[in-house]
Amino acid sequence: MAVSDAAPIISTRFDQTDAHTLDGYLRTGGYAALRKALAMTPDQVLEEVKAANLAGRGGAGFPAGAKWGFLPEDVFPRYFVVNGDESEPGTCKDRPLMERDPHQLIEGLLISCYAVGAAQAFIYVRGEMALAQERLAIALNGAYAAGYVGKDILGSGWSLDVVLHWGAGAYIVGEETALIESLEGQRGMPRLKPPYFPAAKGLYMQPTVVNNVETLSYIPWVLQHGGEAYAAIGTEKATGLRLFALSGHVRRPGVYEVEMGTTTFRDLVEAPVYGGGMRHGNALKAFIPGGASAPWLYPEQLDLGLDAGPVGAAGSMLGSGAVVIMDETTCAVRAAWRLVRFFAHESCGKCTPCREGGAWLEKIMRRILDGYGREEDLDLLLDVGDNISPGPFPHPASDGEDAVPFPFKQTTICPLGPSTVSPVYSSIWRFRDEYLVHIKEGGCHHG
Amino acid sequence: MAEADQKEKEEEKEKTTVTVTLDGQDIEAEPGELVIAAAERHGTYIPRFCYHPRMREVGMCRMCIVEIDSGRGPALQPACMAPVADGMKVDTESARTKKAQDGVLEFLLINHPLDCPVCDKGGECPLQDQTLAFGPGESRFVEEKRHFEKPIPISDLVYLDRERCVLCDRCTRFADEVAGDPLISFIDRGNHTQVNTFPDDPFASYFSGNTVQICPVGALLARPYRFRARPWDLDQVESTCTACSVGCRIAVQSSSNRLVRKLGVDVDPVNWGWLCDKGRFDFEAVGSDDRLGAPLVRAPGAEDLAEASWSQALAAAAEGITRARIRRGPESIAVLGGARGTNEDAYAWSKLARTLLGTDSVDAQMGDGLPAEAVVGLPRATIDAACAADTILLLGPDVKEELPVLYLRLREAVVERGATLVELSPVETGMTRYAEASLRYRPGEVTELVRALVDESAAVGDSERPGGLAPASAVREAAALLRRGSLVCLLGRPSLAEPAQPVVDAAGVLLDALPETTFLPVLRRGNVAGALDMGLAPGLLPGRIGLDQGRPWLAREWEALPGGRGLDAQGIITAAAEGRVGCLVLVGADPLADFPDRELARRALAGAGFVLAVDCFLTDSSRRADVVLPAAAFGEKSGTTTNIEGRVSRLHQKVTAPGTARADWMIAAELAFHLGGDLGFDSVDTIWDEIERLAPSHQGLTRARLASPEGFDGIVAGTVHDAETHGGPPSMAQTDSPGIQGALAHTKVDTLASSAMGTADKPDPSSGLAMQPPDPSGGGGGGTGTVAGRPAVLRWTPGPSAGGPPPLDRYSLRLVTSRRLYDDGTFVHHSPSLAPLAPGARLGVNPADLAPLGVGTGARVQVTSGRGRVVLEAVADPGVPQGSVALAWNQPGPGAADLIDVTLAVTEVRLETLSVPAPTSGRGSDA
Amino acid sequence: MGRLTSENVELAREIIDRYPRSRSALIPLLHVAQEQDGWVSTEAMSHIAELLGLTPVEVLGTASFYGMFKREPVGRYVVSVCTNISCLLLGGEELLEHCEARLGVKAGATTPDGVFTLEDVECIAACTDAPCLQVNYRFFLNITHDEVDRLLDDLRAGRRDEEVPPHGTLTRVRPRVPAERWSGHGAEGLPVLPGQSR
Ligand SMILES: Cc1cc2nc3c(=O)[nH]c(=O)nc-3n(C[C@H](O)[C@H](O)[C@H](O)COP(=O)(O)O)c2cc1C
Ligand code: SF4
Ligand code: FES
Repeated sequence: MAVSDAAPIISTRFDQTDAHTLDGYLRTGGYAALRKALAMTPDQVLEEVKAANLAGRGGAGFPAGAKWGFLPEDVFPRYFVVNGDESEPGTCKDRPLMERDPHQLIEGLLISCYAVGAAQAFIYVRGEMALAQERLAIALNGAYAAGYVGKDILGSGWSLDVVLHWGAGAYIVGEETALIESLEGQRGMPRLKPPYFPAAKGLYMQPTVVNNVETLSYIPWVLQHGGEAYAAIGTEKATGLRLFALSGHVRRPGVYEVEMGTTTFRDLVEAPVYGGGMRHGNALKAFIPGGASAPWLYPEQLDLGLDAGPVGAAGSMLGSGAVVIMDETTCAVRAAWRLVRFFAHESCGKCTPCREGGAWLEKIMRRILDGYGREEDLDLLLDVGDNISPGPFPHPASDGEDAVPFPFKQTTICPLGPSTVSPVYSSIWRFRDEYLVHIKEGGCHHG
Repeated sequence: MAEADQKEKEEEKEKTTVTVTLDGQDIEAEPGELVIAAAERHGTYIPRFCYHPRMREVGMCRMCIVEIDSGRGPALQPACMAPVADGMKVDTESARTKKAQDGVLEFLLINHPLDCPVCDKGGECPLQDQTLAFGPGESRFVEEKRHFEKPIPISDLVYLDRERCVLCDRCTRFADEVAGDPLISFIDRGNHTQVNTFPDDPFASYFSGNTVQICPVGALLARPYRFRARPWDLDQVESTCTACSVGCRIAVQSSSNRLVRKLGVDVDPVNWGWLCDKGRFDFEAVGSDDRLGAPLVRAPGAEDLAEASWSQALAAAAEGITRARIRRGPESIAVLGGARGTNEDAYAWSKLARTLLGTDSVDAQMGDGLPAEAVVGLPRATIDAACAADTILLLGPDVKEELPVLYLRLREAVVERGATLVELSPVETGMTRYAEASLRYRPGEVTELVRALVDESAAVGDSERPGGLAPASAVREAAALLRRGSLVCLLGRPSLAEPAQPVVDAAGVLLDALPETTFLPVLRRGNVAGALDMGLAPGLLPGRIGLDQGRPWLAREWEALPGGRGLDAQGIITAAAEGRVGCLVLVGADPLADFPDRELARRALAGAGFVLAVDCFLTDSSRRADVVLPAAAFGEKSGTTTNIEGRVSRLHQKVTAPGTARADWMIAAELAFHLGGDLGFDSVDTIWDEIERLAPSHQGLTRARLASPEGFDGIVAGTVHDAETHGGPPSMAQTDSPGIQGALAHTKVDTLASSAMGTADKPDPSSGLAMQPPDPSGGGGGGTGTVAGRPAVLRWTPGPSAGGPPPLDRYSLRLVTSRRLYDDGTFVHHSPSLAPLAPGARLGVNPADLAPLGVGTGARVQVTSGRGRVVLEAVADPGVPQGSVALAWNQPGPGAADLIDVTLAVTEVRLETLSVPAPTSGRGSDA
Repeated sequence: MGRLTSENVELAREIIDRYPRSRSALIPLLHVAQEQDGWVSTEAMSHIAELLGLTPVEVLGTASFYGMFKREPVGRYVVSVCTNISCLLLGGEELLEHCEARLGVKAGATTPDGVFTLEDVECIAACTDAPCLQVNYRFFLNITHDEVDRLLDDLRAGRRDEEVPPHGTLTRVRPRVPAERWSGHGAEGLPVLPGQSR
C-alpha cells in the first residue's frame, strides 16, 4: 500500500478556525498568488494553468486551462461562474472548501477571471448550505472592504465584481447549462447542446466559464508554484491532488486530499490515514467510485488507480470524487432503489425518457422492495433502462480521454437520465439473485 | 430575372447545399437546416411532438431521435436539434432508431389517460396515430397513472387537461416567444411538472387559441369547439380569415353544415400558421340564431319590418332607388360599406353604383379610415418588407388591438431579428414595450411631430416639444433612427377622435423628406383594401385608378359612369343628415356603431329618404332601413379577399347561408335586374375574370394563378410576375395533421417579398394621356407587361397640409379613441364566446389629471364634450399622457362616438366626478 | 405578510442592481420573501413579479422548480433528514423513523403546533458524517437518536435560537458591497489590464 507523501494543497486550512476571515487568510499566505498574477499578463496566467493540466473537479474532468481556451476571441462581456451547487449523493468536498477556506476560492476565482478577461463573476452556492453562504459572505465582505475584490483591485486598475448567488434546492442545477439558466432566474433545465456550450454561449448568451469550487481552489497554488510543479504531482495523465469524499462502511469516513493516479481505491479504503479499513472488518460488496451517477465497481476493481482513464475503461467514472463503500450487509436492491429515487426526484422534467422513465423505474423498484415484484420486472427494468441509456452494460469509455463517451449512451439531453439507470444496471448485473429473493420471498436477507 | 443573375444564383446555391445520406439515399439540404426539416422536405416524416418550425427548438420530447453518423459512428440524436452537415448519414429506420422511438412513445403513454373516445383530439392526434402505427399492443406499465383535476379553464376560451399533456413546451413557448404573453408556464418539477397559470391570473392572451391548435394532443381545448365535432366528421376548405385585414390563411371546418373550427395555415408571407382569438372563434356568429334568413320590408307607413319574399323586397328596393333617382337625381343616391365582403362583392356593388345607380358617392370606410387615394396611392410595403426593414415607423392605431397577427410578425421582427421600431402615438400601445423610441404627441399635432423628425434643416431646440409632448432630445434620437436604413411606415388612424387629415399630412411630410419610404396601411375592416381596390370610394375606380383617368378605359364595358366625384362617408352622412340623400344603401354598414360621430349618423339615418340595407344581422342601423336584404356571411360564399398589403387570396364556401340569404354580389346582380339592367356576370368566377381584365392593378392575377400553389399564399396585386408553370392547386392535405400546423411544401417568400417592396407601380408617363380601349383578349393569359390603354394606377402625392395644430384649451383634455380587439362589432357581438371579452368603455386618465378630481381608479366621471355627455368609469393610467384621455372605441353602451364632432380637429372633453370612489387599490393608482 | 415590506423592497432593489439582468435576482428575491414570511405566498410572488417586470406565473414557474421554496406555510423549524445513499448505509432511514415517532408526524408534515416540519430529503452533502440532518439548513452531523431528542427539545424551548434562526433565514451575514468598491458589471465588459484605466 503506497500512501503518497505529496503535501496537501487545498485542505491545509481545514483545521484553522478563522480562515474565513481576511486576517486569518492573510496570516497563512493568502492573496499572495493574486498579487503575483496581477504582475503577469493574463496570457501568462492562462499558460500556467494550462501547464498544470488541472482537470475539472465537478464531474466531467475536463482540464480547466483547455476549457478557458475555448472562449471565442474578442467576444465580450464574458462571465465566470463558480459551481458550488454540490448535490451529487456521496459528494461533500466543495462544502468544506466554501465553509472553511472561502478566501482561497475567491482568490482562485479572481486569478481565473483575470486570466480570461471576465467582466463579472458569480459564485453559485447550493441553497441548503447556510454556513457556506455565511462564510463566503463574510469572506467576500472582507475582501471587498480591503480592496481585493471590486473596483481597482489592489490598485492595479483591474476591476472585478463577485456576486454571491444562492440556489434553492435542485440537484440538476449542478449541470452547468442548468446552472446558467438558474442564474438567469429560470427553471433550472439544461440547455440543448449543441449549439450552446457555455464557453461560446453561456450566461446571457455570452461566453462563460463554469468551474467547480475545488477546481478553482487549486488555482492560487498553481500560480504560486507554477503549473509544472502541479503537473509533476501524480501521474502523467492524472495530475495533482484531489479531494475524495469517502463515505459508507469504512472505519474513518472523511474528505481526504490524495495524490491522483498513484493512489488506488484500495489505498483509500484501507490506509490508516484514509479509510482505515472496512467497518467491523466486514467484506466489501461494491463501491461507487465517483458519486451516485457512476456505475458501481466491485471488490476485484479495488486496485484501480484514482485515474479517469482506467476507471473509464472499467465502465465507470471518477465523477465528483465521491467514493461510497458498501459492505456485505448492504441490500443491493434497497441501495439501488434509493439512488433511483434520487434521480427520479431530481429530474428536471425536460426529456421524456428521464421524466417518465426515471419515475417508472422508481415505481417498479419500490414495488419489488415492497414485496410485489415479478420476475419479468427485471427484464422490464433493464429494457426501460435501455430506452434511457441504450447499449450494453458495463460500457467502457471508448477512450479514457474522452470527456463524454461516444457514441452517446443516452436518449436524453443531459446525463442525469442515464445516471438513473446506473444503479439499476449495476445492481441487477451483479446482484440479480438478491432481486429474486425479494421477488420470491417478498423481503430481504439483509434485514 | 436576368439570365446572368439566375446563373449566379444557381451557382451560389450549388456551393451552399450540403449532401446528406438519408436512409441510404443522398438528399440535398440547405446548410443550417435541421435534419427533421430536410427529411420532411424529402418525404421522410420523422415523428415529433415538441418541434415546431416557427418556434425555438427545445428538444424536449425526444420523439424525433434517430441515428446520425457525423463521422464518428452512429449515435442517437434528436433530428429536431441536429443541423445537417455534409456527409452526414441519417438512419430513421435502424433498429436502434426504432427502439429509441418506441421507447419514447411508451414513456409518453404510461401516464396518458385512455380517454381518446371522449377527447376532441381523438382521430387527429399524433400520439394516437403513432401508437396505432408503431406502439406496443399492451402496456407494460401496471402502476398508478399521474392524476390531475380534469379540464380546468385557463382562460375564457381555453381549457387545459393536464393528464393528457405531454409537456412538449409548445403552448408555453408560444405564449412567451410568439405572443409575448407569458401567462402559462411549467410549474413544479420532474415527473410532477404541469402547465398552468398563476392563480387568478388567466391566460388572457389575444392569441390563446393558437395553443389549442399546436397542442399535439388533446390537452388544450377550445371552448367554442369542445365536444362539437369528431375529426372524421369534419369537412374542410382552405380560405382566408376576414375578421381583420391581415388576411390570415386558414382552414375552415364544418360539421353538419355548421362551421365549427378555423385553423391557421402556415404561409410564409402572412400568418405563419397563427390566428388571433377573434379570427379563430368569430365563426360562432355565422351560425348565430340571430342571422337574417329572409328579406324584410317596411310597408309604407308601418312601424315594423316584416318578412317578405325576395321578389317583393327587390321590387321595393328597386322602387325606392328609382324614385330617388328620378326625383332627386342619381347624385342623391349613396352607398356605404362593402369592406366586409369579398372582392367580387365589392366589385359588383362598385359597378352597380357607378352604372345603374349612377352615383360616385360610395365609400367602404366609415369615416374611420384613411382617404382612399392615400391607401391605394402610397408606395406600398408588404408585411415581409415591413418586418425586414431596418426601421419600422408606427404611425397608426395599436396594431396589437387592430391587426393582431401583424403584431405577432412585427414583434418577431423586433425581438428575434432586431428590427428597430419607432412609435408615434397619442397614448401607450401594445407595441410600446418593443419600441426603441416611442414618442407621444398631443391629439391633432402629429404632423408637427413628424415634421420635426424628418426635417433636418429645422433643428429642434432644446426647449421645444414638437407635437406638444415629446422632449427635444427624444425627438432627435428618434430622428436618427429613421435614417438608419430602409424605412417602412405603418400608417393608420391613431385615434378616431380627430380627422384623418393630420395623419395623411404627416405621411406627406415623411414621403417628401424620405422618398424611399414605403407604407403599410393599418386599416382593420376585413376586406377594406380589396373594397378600395374595387373602387368603393369616391373618385376611385376598380384597379386603383382615378375616376377621370379611368373613365375612357372602363366606359366601354361599364357604359355610363358618373360625371363627377361623389361624396365620402362623412360627406354622405352629413348630406343625409341635411336631407340631401334620396336613397342610402348600407352594404354591411352600421354607421350608428362605426361612424365616429353618432349624433350625426343618427340624423343621417333619419334624414335619408329611402334606406336599403344588405346585412347578415339586424343592426342598429339596418333596423331603421326600409328594406333589408339578408346577406351570406363568411364561410357561406366563395371569392377572393385582399389584405393590407394588397395580397389577394381565396375564400371558399363551406356551409350554406341561413334561409335565403345570399352573397352581396348576387344581391347586386339581382337588384340590377330589377332596375332593368344587367351587371354582366353570373358567378364569382366571371366577376373575377372581369376584374382581372379591367382592373389595372390586378392584371395577370388570373384565376388559374390564384388557384396554383403560388396563389395559396395569396398574390400581391400590382406585382406582375412572369408566368410560372404552376402545379395543381395545393390541397389541404398539405397541412400536416390539421391539428398541428400547416407546413406547406412550397415557400417562396423571397420572390414575393423582394418584388413587392415599393411596389407602387411607377406610372407610365404616357399612359395617362393616350387612353385606348380595353384589349379585347383581356388579361387571361397570365398578364405580363402593360396592355395598351390600361390607365396607370394612382400614385398619391401629398397635398398641402391643413395648417398648424389646433389651439390648445388648457382647461380641457383631448380625447383619444381607438379600437380594442373585442368590441361591440357585429361579429363579436354575435359570438357568444367573444362578446363577454369586450373590455367596456372605461376612461383612461393620467393619474396627475385624475388627482385634482379627488378620485382614483373606479370612480364614475361625467365626460362632456361640445357634442355630448357620457358617464364612464375612470381608470388611472400612466400610459395616457397628461392632457389627454383614452377611451376604447365601440364598446357596448355609450362611448366615444357620443362625444365626437367630426367637423372638429380634436375632441376636447371635461371631466366631473359623480361619485366618491371606494378607496383605490392596485397598481394603477399608485404609479 | 405577503407583499415585501418596504425594507425588503429596498433590499430587493439592492440585489437586483448586482446583476446585469434583473431576472437573475429572481431566486434571491424569493429567498428574501421566504425569510420575511417563512414561506413564499402568492402575494409575494406577484410582488416580486412587479419588481422584476415579469408575469406572476414566470415567478411561480421558477419558484416551483426549486425544492426549498415552500408555497404553503411550514413550521418554524424544518427538519431535513437525509436518507440518501451514504446516510442510508449508516442509519438514515432509522433516524427519519425516529424523528417521525418523536414528532408524531410523518415526513412531509408539520406538527400541529406549527413548530416543526419534517422532511425526508436527498443528499445534503455531509456524506462523510452520516447519519445527519439539517434544521433550517444548519447541519447536525453524526447524530444519534438521543442527540436528536435533545435537539428537538432545545429547539422547541427556544434554547438554540442563536444557532438556528427561523425557517427562511439562510444567512445572517449578507454580502455588502460598499458603493465605492462596486465596479458595475465590468462596465463595458472589456477586460482592463493593470496599469490601464477605464
Ligand atoms: C446532473 C449533473 C449534476 C452536476 N452537478 C455538479 C455539481 O454539483 N457541482 C459541480 O461542480 N459540477 C456538477 N456537474 C458538472 C458540471 O456540469 C460542470 O461540468 C462542472 O461544473 C464544470 O466544472 P469543472 O470543469 O471545474 O469540473 C454536474 C453535471 C451533471 C450532468
Ligand atoms: S436528462 Fe433529465 S435532468 Fe437532464 S435535461 Fe433531461 S429531463 Fe432534465
Ligand atoms: S421533436 Fe425533437 S425532441 Fe421533440
